[in-house]
Amino acid sequence: MLINTKKNHRLSEQQVTDESVYHGRRELLKKLGYLGAGSLLAQSASTNAGALDFFSSKEAEVFQRQALKFAPAGESLQILTPEAKISSHNNFYEFGMGKSDPVENAQGFKVNPWQLSISGEVDKPYTLGYDDLFKHFPLEERIYRLRCVEAWSMVIPWVGFGLAELIKKAAPNSRAKYVAFETLYDPEQMPEQKSRFGSVEYPYVEGLRIDEAMNPLTFMSVGLYGKTLPAQNGAPIRLVVPWKYGFKSIKSIVGIKLVEDKPPTTWNILADREYGFYANVNPAVDHPRWSQASERRITTGGLFARNRIATLPFNGYGEEVAHLYKNMDLRKNY
Amino acid sequence: MQTRATGVSKVTFKAVFLRNRVMLLKIAIHLLAFLPLFVLYFLAFTEQLGADPVEEVIHFTGMGAFNLLLISLLVTPVAKKYRQGYLLQIRRLLGLYSFTYAMFHLLNFLAFEVQFDLALFFDEIIDRPYITVGMAALIILFSLALTSITALRRKMGTKWQKLHNGVYLAVLLIALHFFWSVKSDIVEPMIYFTMAVLLLILRKDKIKRWFKSS
Repeated sequence: MLINTKKNHRLSEQQVTDESVYHGRRELLKKLGYLGAGSLLAQSASTNAGALDFFSSKEAEVFQRQALKFAPAGESLQILTPEAKISSHNNFYEFGMGKSDPVENAQGFKVNPWQLSISGEVDKPYTLGYDDLFKHFPLEERIYRLRCVEAWSMVIPWVGFGLAELIKKAAPNSRAKYVAFETLYDPEQMPEQKSRFGSVEYPYVEGLRIDEAMNPLTFMSVGLYGKTLPAQNGAPIRLVVPWKYGFKSIKSIVGIKLVEDKPPTTWNILADREYGFYANVNPAVDHPRWSQASERRITTGGLFARNRIATLPFNGYGEEVAHLYKNMDLRKNY
Repeated sequence: MQTRATGVSKVTFKAVFLRNRVMLLKIAIHLLAFLPLFVLYFLAFTEQLGADPVEEVIHFTGMGAFNLLLISLLVTPVAKKYRQGYLLQIRRLLGLYSFTYAMFHLLNFLAFEVQFDLALFFDEIIDRPYITVGMAALIILFSLALTSITALRRKMGTKWQKLHNGVYLAVLLIALHFFWSVKSDIVEPMIYFTMAVLLLILRKDKIKRWFKSS
């Protein structure tokens, strides 16, 4: 006779725990730890950082990310870059020049409250607060390749909405020919903005032509890997223009202004021979100091990853955007 | 009795130390130069070097080579000023480690950055001024490393010193290589450039003579 006994001990943790809770268990324990420490203020740690620093270690200052509700993207045809790499290899000079500086220096970054104003040549200027960023427009997931001008690339599952939706809501007028973006200027929070030796002028500014901005690919990201953005990736809201070099995708935006004339852009101001206004990914036009013909795709491999791949015109999005530049000499308009 | 005994042992210890100070210094240099390199590749191979270990190993070995070369150039002025002639004996080891780091720097670029795409490798050396000057500096360091063998040095006679004056050109080329390689943060390259120039200024008489005689 077969005696069927329930073998509870065979169940692994994953089977009995919701996956997101399972993966977040360390965080959960930390949060419980905060309560144990007798401070309900811990959740808004950044606002009370001074008081909390006294009895909690530096580890207490971990930038909090929330799960988002969104329409998921389909299966990716390309291997995604692991979340840990996306959030530890960043060019966000406001938090330091090294690739690992932002993850170290941005943990206490305060994003709530936030104000993003849409203004300029529009009939209905408006401002979005922190919560509005996540509920004013339906969120969707988009898996895009990100090609850095330094010749490395990643594949990132962003969460957000089209920039076109945000602009349409403001009803731009006929003088709106360009869109100018601006990053937060807050030297108290962004140490590099204080630096007397830095060569970058702050706040960081970027710009797009209106037709580039209205292209369906152009995306406002409020999250990645299903959660709100890590601080070092440009929380709480950033631009993603997948056919342009990464520096166009400005982070932690506070201002979007529709303008008549071509706006100044940070890297172009810094070195106009090396970084143009358009900055479309183009394997045929080298950076003056290195080749743009190929790139290293950062995914799961380490030092020995054979990850050098050919760079594609418009980062492989030519079908969607090449028409924006017909009759333009892309060697001159780099 | 006891004090005398202690005194004797102290003297002996000091004497042993003095007699072996060059060897001890060399051991320290071996440890301080080799260990970081070992740790670097250990971390890189075990995937503990961040999202892009390629950039890390390239930068670390490049800066290591530059730092070691600057230290090696500091030895002679220090030895002269403080009359510590024995220090001159550690210059070769420092120079050889600088060359070793520079070789790893190049190998990292070849193996991990361009991943043995030789066409791209040579194109980059020719087309990119900052890589061209870096390569020129490495060739100089290579010729100095090669001729650092005592037997060769004796054979070369006065030519040896002429060749090894090339280190002054190399250090300037490396400073330029660093300066041209950065995207925007020129503070660190400026500091390094200043250090290189200061080390040359300490030798201004020698360099003047060298220009006059040639």
